[in-house]
Amino acid sequence: MIRKGRAFKFGDDVSTDAIAPGRYFHLRSNLPELAKHVLEDADPQFASQVRPGDFVVAGRNFGLGSSREHAPTIIKLAGVSAVLAESFARIFFRNAINVGLPAVICDTGSIQAGDELELDLEAGELVNVTRGERQRVTPLPPVMLAILEDGGLLEHIKKHGGLKLEV
Amino acid sequence: MGQTLAEQLLSRAAGHAVAAGEITLARVDRCLTQDGTGPLAVRRLEEAGMVQAANPAGTVLYLDHAAPSPRRELSNDHMLLREFAARVGCRLSEVGEGVCHQLMAEDHAAPGEVIIGADSHTCTAGALGAFATGMGSTDVAVGIALGMNWFRVPESFRVELSGEFSRGVYAKDVILALIGQIGADGATYKALEFGGPAVSRLAMDERLTMANMAVEAGAKVGLFPSDQETRRYLTEQGRGDAWQPLAADTDATYERVLRVDLGELEPVVACPHTVDNISLVQDVAGTPIQQVFIGSCTNGRISDLEVAAEILRGRRVHSGTRLIVVPASRRVYLEALDRGFLRIFVEAGGMVLAPGCGPCVGVHEGILGDGEASFNTSNRNFKGRLGNPEAFIYLGSPATAAATALRGRITDPREVLE
Ligand code: SF4
Repeated sequence: MIRKGRAFKFGDDVSTDAIAPGRYFHLRSNLPELAKHVLEDADPQFASQVRPGDFVVAGRNFGLGSSREHAPTIIKLAGVSAVLAESFARIFFRNAINVGLPAVICDTGSIQAGDELELDLEAGELVNVTRGERQRVTPLPPVMLAILEDGGLLEHIKKHGGLKLEV
Repeated sequence: MGQTLAEQLLSRAAGHAVAAGEITLARVDRCLTQDGTGPLAVRRLEEAGMVQAANPAGTVLYLDHAAPSPRRELSNDHMLLREFAARVGCRLSEVGEGVCHQLMAEDHAAPGEVIIGADSHTCTAGALGAFATGMGSTDVAVGIALGMNWFRVPESFRVELSGEFSRGVYAKDVILALIGQIGADGATYKALEFGGPAVSRLAMDERLTMANMAVEAGAKVGLFPSDQETRRYLTEQGRGDAWQPLAADTDATYERVLRVDLGELEPVVACPHTVDNISLVQDVAGTPIQQVFIGSCTNGRISDLEVAAEILRGRRVHSGTRLIVVPASRRVYLEALDRGFLRIFVEAGGMVLAPGCGPCVGVHEGILGDGEASFNTSNRNFKGRLGNPEAFIYLGSPATAAATALRGRITDPREVLE
């Protein structure tokens, strides 16, 4: 499956406080409402401008901070097809895969806001259509790829009757 | 070949020897969630038709982030968690009992265990020699339901501690200085293993402060050996039986060795808006501060309140500054009450709030106004963390916080210590 969309560009160290601010703590049991504030403290326009298929493109250490899984969940709910970053904070990375949001490690330096991107996860390739550039992305560990392909951790467990490291 | 402490602990839980870099299934001894992450874990289990706890006694749902609740949505979340706990027979920690990580240390965590928590500072229990790490709601839900999860065995950084603290310098300064040195992602995916001649002299309260902030360097765990101080602490909590000695093998392999001479450190502060933005207190001294928060899972323990009380005894907080003190647990609260610390804070013009997270996460108490600055003893200063992205947060030790409350400006604690 090829994911296509526009790039929304962010910097380094985008924290989970910027993605799902604590002042909306009371909306955590109302995820569609919370999703209206996704990434608000990093880019207040993002939630109103993002369209299904678009990409979040960031620098280093995306998603640092708290364990709140609401962060990748609302990015996914906003229709984002993948988060591309130079590196991810550990818990966010795992959470994203667990909720079925691709978190892709690649070189994001040359991607500009608004660039048209195409991601082929199975082939491990990212194409920047606007700039005519293509690159290989860092492959996920097999267990995470399996979880992502199954649509998330719980779907993975349901499908295989438990946690399976080799599938 | 020798094993790091991280490898030892995960090998036990996996039931076979594992080495750094490997991915393994492992038994999980304890799971925790809090009121911000627990409701999602419960819903995920409901959606998956797995409303069950493999180990109810080892599962604790804490109500601490929005406690007492400031709004009906959150009160309803609390009800959801109470109902779930009753349904599966697991533990529930009520509003007012305290912060999850402090209570996990006081009541449950033991050397040799694997603990996963839907809260990033679950790594706090690494101070007791437990492989304790933060994960998201779904991962912890799986741990609750199945009693296991998958782990990547981390490579370890050894942090070799030597020397003795000079006056005005505390465990908080050590961990802040270390994060400043390696950066907020300097230890991503790694275990920070504290060792060296100074470790045996560090009290459990100090170890908890340091293990707590391992995640602020990106680490998966912050581990201390289990030694006589661990035994003393567990005995004090009435859990001496849970003790067992644990240490990394002397020939373990480390990815990196960092050396810190405690005697060379000075009081430091993390400046807005990242934890690795470290300055000497001296270099930012004089910055006006409207609110001081002493508390949290990082520095809300009895020794922290003691240091602050000694500085504030018989003095008044600056008229332009609000002081908020939040004991990390009911036990800490009671001891601070008995020892007169709470009276000192209140007579100094401060407020003492119910045990819990307090203003740490910007949910209810102590929200800042536009342009205001807070000096916190907690662990994060991200933009918006105190409920307002137009505000500024500085992080430092309880001594620096108390000194800052007195002057209304960031102040080197050595200027006010008797
Ligand atoms: S005190 Fe702060 S850092 Fe600790 S668990 Fe509560 S909100 Fe998180």
